[in-house]
Amino acid sequence: MTGGSVLLLILLVLPLVGALVVAPMTGNARGAKVTAMAFALASLVLTVITWLAYSPSAVENGSRFQLELSVPWIPAFGTSFALGVDGIALVMLALIAVLMPIVMGFSWNQEIPEGRTESGFFALLLATQGLLVGVFAATDVFLFYVFFEAMLIPMYFLIGRFGGPRRQYAAVKFFLYSLLGGLIMLASVIGLYVVSGTALGEATFSWVELQSIAATVPESTQIWLFLGFFVAFAIKAPLVPFHTWLPDAGAEAPIGAGVLLVGVLDKVGTFGFLRYCLPLFPLASQRLAPLVLTLAVIGVLYAALLAVVQTDLKRFVSYTSIAHFGFIALGIFAFSSQAFAGATLYMVNHGITTGMLFIVIGFLISRGGSRLIGDYGGVHKLAPLLAGTFLLAGLASLALPGTNSFVSEFLVLLGSFPREPVYTILATVGIIFAALYVLWVYQQTMQGPVRGAAVLGALERAGGPGTMIAPEAAAKKGAFPDLSGRELAVLTPLIVLIIALGFFPGPVLDVINPSVVATLNEVGLTDPVGGIQ
Amino acid sequence: MNAVYAAELPHVVAATGTASLAWLLFVLPAAGALVLFVAGRRADAWGHWLGLLTVVASFVIGLLIFLETTNLAPEERTRELSLYEWISVGDLSVDFGLRLDPLSLTFVLLITGVGGLIHLYSVGYMSHDPGRRRFFAQLNLFVAAMLLLVLGNNFVMLYLGWEGVGLASYLLIGYYQDRPSAATAAKKAFLMNRVGDVGLAIAIFLLWANLGTLQYTEVFERIGELSPGTILAITLLLLLGACGKSGQFPLQAWLPDAMEGPTPVSALIHAATMVTAGVYLIARMNPIYNLTESGRLVVALIGVITLLIGAIIGCAYDDIKKVLAYSTVSQIGYMILAVGLGPAGYALGIFHLLTHGFFKAGLFLGAGSVMHAMNDDVDMRRFGGLARYMPITFVTFGLGYLALIGFPFLSGYYSKDEIIGAAFGQPGWQGWVFGGAATLAAGLTAFYMTRLMFMTFFGEKRWEKLKSSDGHDYHPHESPSVMTIPMIVLAIGSVGAGFLLNYNHVLVDWLAPTLGELEEPHGGVLAHEYVPFLVVGFSALGVLIAWLTVGRRPTPVERPEPVSLPVRAARKDLYANAINEALIARPGTWLARALVYFDNRGVDGVVNGTAALLGGSSGRLRRLQTGFVRSYALSMLGGGVLVVAALLAVRFA
Repeated sequence: MTGGSVLLLILLVLPLVGALVVAPMTGNARGAKVTAMAFALASLVLTVITWLAYSPSAVENGSRFQLELSVPWIPAFGTSFALGVDGIALVMLALIAVLMPIVMGFSWNQEIPEGRTESGFFALLLATQGLLVGVFAATDVFLFYVFFEAMLIPMYFLIGRFGGPRRQYAAVKFFLYSLLGGLIMLASVIGLYVVSGTALGEATFSWVELQSIAATVPESTQIWLFLGFFVAFAIKAPLVPFHTWLPDAGAEAPIGAGVLLVGVLDKVGTFGFLRYCLPLFPLASQRLAPLVLTLAVIGVLYAALLAVVQTDLKRFVSYTSIAHFGFIALGIFAFSSQAFAGATLYMVNHGITTGMLFIVIGFLISRGGSRLIGDYGGVHKLAPLLAGTFLLAGLASLALPGTNSFVSEFLVLLGSFPREPVYTILATVGIIFAALYVLWVYQQTMQGPVRGAAVLGALERAGGPGTMIAPEAAAKKGAFPDLSGRELAVLTPLIVLIIALGFFPGPVLDVINPSVVATLNEVGLTDPVGGIQ
Repeated sequence: MNAVYAAELPHVVAATGTASLAWLLFVLPAAGALVLFVAGRRADAWGHWLGLLTVVASFVIGLLIFLETTNLAPEERTRELSLYEWISVGDLSVDFGLRLDPLSLTFVLLITGVGGLIHLYSVGYMSHDPGRRRFFAQLNLFVAAMLLLVLGNNFVMLYLGWEGVGLASYLLIGYYQDRPSAATAAKKAFLMNRVGDVGLAIAIFLLWANLGTLQYTEVFERIGELSPGTILAITLLLLLGACGKSGQFPLQAWLPDAMEGPTPVSALIHAATMVTAGVYLIARMNPIYNLTESGRLVVALIGVITLLIGAIIGCAYDDIKKVLAYSTVSQIGYMILAVGLGPAGYALGIFHLLTHGFFKAGLFLGAGSVMHAMNDDVDMRRFGGLARYMPITFVTFGLGYLALIGFPFLSGYYSKDEIIGAAFGQPGWQGWVFGGAATLAAGLTAFYMTRLMFMTFFGEKRWEKLKSSDGHDYHPHESPSVMTIPMIVLAIGSVGAGFLLNYNHVLVDWLAPTLGELEEPHGGVLAHEYVPFLVVGFSALGVLIAWLTVGRRPTPVERPEPVSLPVRAARKDLYANAINEALIARPGTWLARALVYFDNRGVDGVVNGTAALLGGSSGRLRRLQTGFVRSYALSMLGGGVLVVAALLAVRFA
């Protein structure tokens, strides 16, 4: 065990310890929040150190994973507690670490359902963070499975205990879908183990060893094993038609948990495609690519159309995310370094932009008390900063050049086109729908004259019963106020990231690139460009 | 007509000297926009001056680079400046790089020159608007994006600028956020532009898939390796992009609605610069268009259709800005026709683009001045006899009017005459159709513009007996000098630019390193020396008809109803919006509603069924496995069930 290799373990354990420390602080809400934020910030610092310790160029010299740590776990079972990161996992770790303080900052003053404590909420956030680190850092397939299932539990409680009116229904639906997918995956995990015993003489769960025999496994076996993983990841991602749990979960989850759920937890699905489906089942991945691509493109168009007609702001964000996940899946199953890098960057960028969109919507809902789009209108007049940040998040969501999402969406489409022109053209049409759903919701809620039950209600509350104050006077009376200093502080890092990564994606791409090239090699393919004429 | 032209590509050298400062061109206005957005109300007092200053500074830098370039030999005038590597994955390397050549520098001067004048005008025009700072931030953002569009040295930079100006246009059309119509128009503009953007994007993907590069230099060098079918596809997809941005058929319907934005925006973005980006695109891609006669033919046809549509509808509107907007649609049609003629027309398209930039910007500023005087009303039926109340506006507007209708020796005369001459220079049916349509539209242009002049500046003072829509009397007055000075400068350009740029073929020769030598038409259907007489004759006829039908009769304040079928059709934008509504909007709404039902009932149900099925089969798969693993699996399954049971047992509040 080298010195550097403890980093991932600490990164994994630190938030979990934080959760244990914060959870009992039921009587001291402020202390719990400050402690939780301290742990989140410590994790962020540690992640920066991990980022600096990681060497992208070393991947080209054959070290698939870095900062590795491996401790035998159940030796008879061939499984070990093995951690390590490649560039793809590292950027996901960075995403979690960046989002966590922002989520906590957002949730600082949120209303907690009666009988619940803020210490519980913040402890669950930290627990989610720790388990997510485990999911991305595990290099043992069984260990991955354990984290994959375990991360459901804190999210289940976050939704079920702290969510909206239909939280119980949404939480159970989320849990059953995920658990079902997980169990199907378990069958494949075990199958993989059995197969490795035949090929290696001694069965193993080690990702590196399993990958080394991947090419020798017969295609029919690969297809069965692939499907087990695929269904679990397709539910998690989610891809159409496995998506119906997400709008419910996204709508009922408290916003902070929703950011983690849609921004990071769902990415475990697409991360799983890249890390497990492709390298471990290369033949099956290529054979079944048309199926996945079809689902991906249907998702892009179908979910975008559904997003246009949503009436609930949070369900709206969920559907836009499903459309975005279609782009990511397209990039992953188009097998080129540009598409892979685009898909990976997309996972990061989507976490940032959707995180911002969710948070701004959270600010809106906290003012109007309603999730319905139709209850808002003309907010621009009352809260121009809120409207402006909403628009910026929306523009990033529709992948406007100059924002972070453009780079990733462009890379996905550009990289997918040479091998899959038809699917790519269909997905490109999706960018019109993206413009439609973003600008339509912006117009309905922010532009035009001041209107809508939630907005007018706020003006009436400020003016006393039966008298509504004029919109011009709203700012003075504190009715429907614009963004506060704390709220701006929560959004500022996201805004900076959106613009900075739009013009300077280099530092992130440099980390991602060698690892996606390695993934492409593991699938046994090379870049297609120049191949078709 | 040669089907395929040998590509004579310019030699590209690294930019040195003043040109190495070219990044300041777009960084200055972008920084101005950023400061104005971030500073908030603190910048209300000085924000507009900062906005103006950054654009003027860009103009000065552009002018210095231009002068430096004119001192170079023509073959050394194409220079590139690479700033940093923007996006790099595998073999893909996208440079954040600039291309400084005669074409891009011409645009730089147009954008920052006209942009600076319009910034100055806006200081006055927007002086009573509480959101003036936001307006200048967005206008600065536009200038920066437009400069990136024309300066980029690769297709991704082009796309960045392309959608960047789309954003600025969206923001500025929707500037009056209180007005639902402005918000709707802004959204419509962005969406129709995105339809075009899809074309541009797919063209870029095709180039990447076939050539493995997106740098202009490399693409232009190797484009000849591609099959004719691929080249045709690329040119048509680029044309779709051009149609979206430039309001060409069938994506023209957003441009007239874009007049919801403040009038300086209409002048700068929706007349002089952004909407000409499609012309820029096709001219810039001349090495590609040179290789496909069919591609050029489609371009020219789109131009012809659009110049007729615009001119016809322009005759029917009473809204002064909408008449000018349809005039813009029509005039850009001329430019698209010109670049569709290939080497015989690329430079002529740019020529008309420049002269149009002067006189149309001037006309819009004049219209803004009239609106300023008339309580922001745009209905010409309520105007009349304004000439003596606002003499500077009348004279400058009048000169722009004369330039637009091609009055001899004013700027529009030269540029339009050249295009129509080149159109008649085509052999066979193309010569007759292109030349004939362009001549007819010249007559229509004279008609609708003369009608506009009569209804606005001459005749009875209809406003004396009326009140404006906000209930006030009209008190027409001349605008302050901060507004009239830009109008005067643009009027001078409207008068002289055509002659100066045409003199000794100075513009055509200047552009030759980028666009190639201008090809003299041969085998055409009508010799060029007859064209001026024909065009001036048709224009005079248009003026005469306008005088007979509008000028010598009183104009009713109420719109005459009912009217003949053609007028009805023209008033309805030749049913473009109705067609969009019937073919796209309404079916799309139905589809989305149906999908919601399907998603809630169908997918949820089917998925639950499938999930149960898959769950069963995975169980069977497990039973196939042998050895001790099974017991582990069973225990884990049991554990999973226990966890579920435990969680379900947890009571929620």
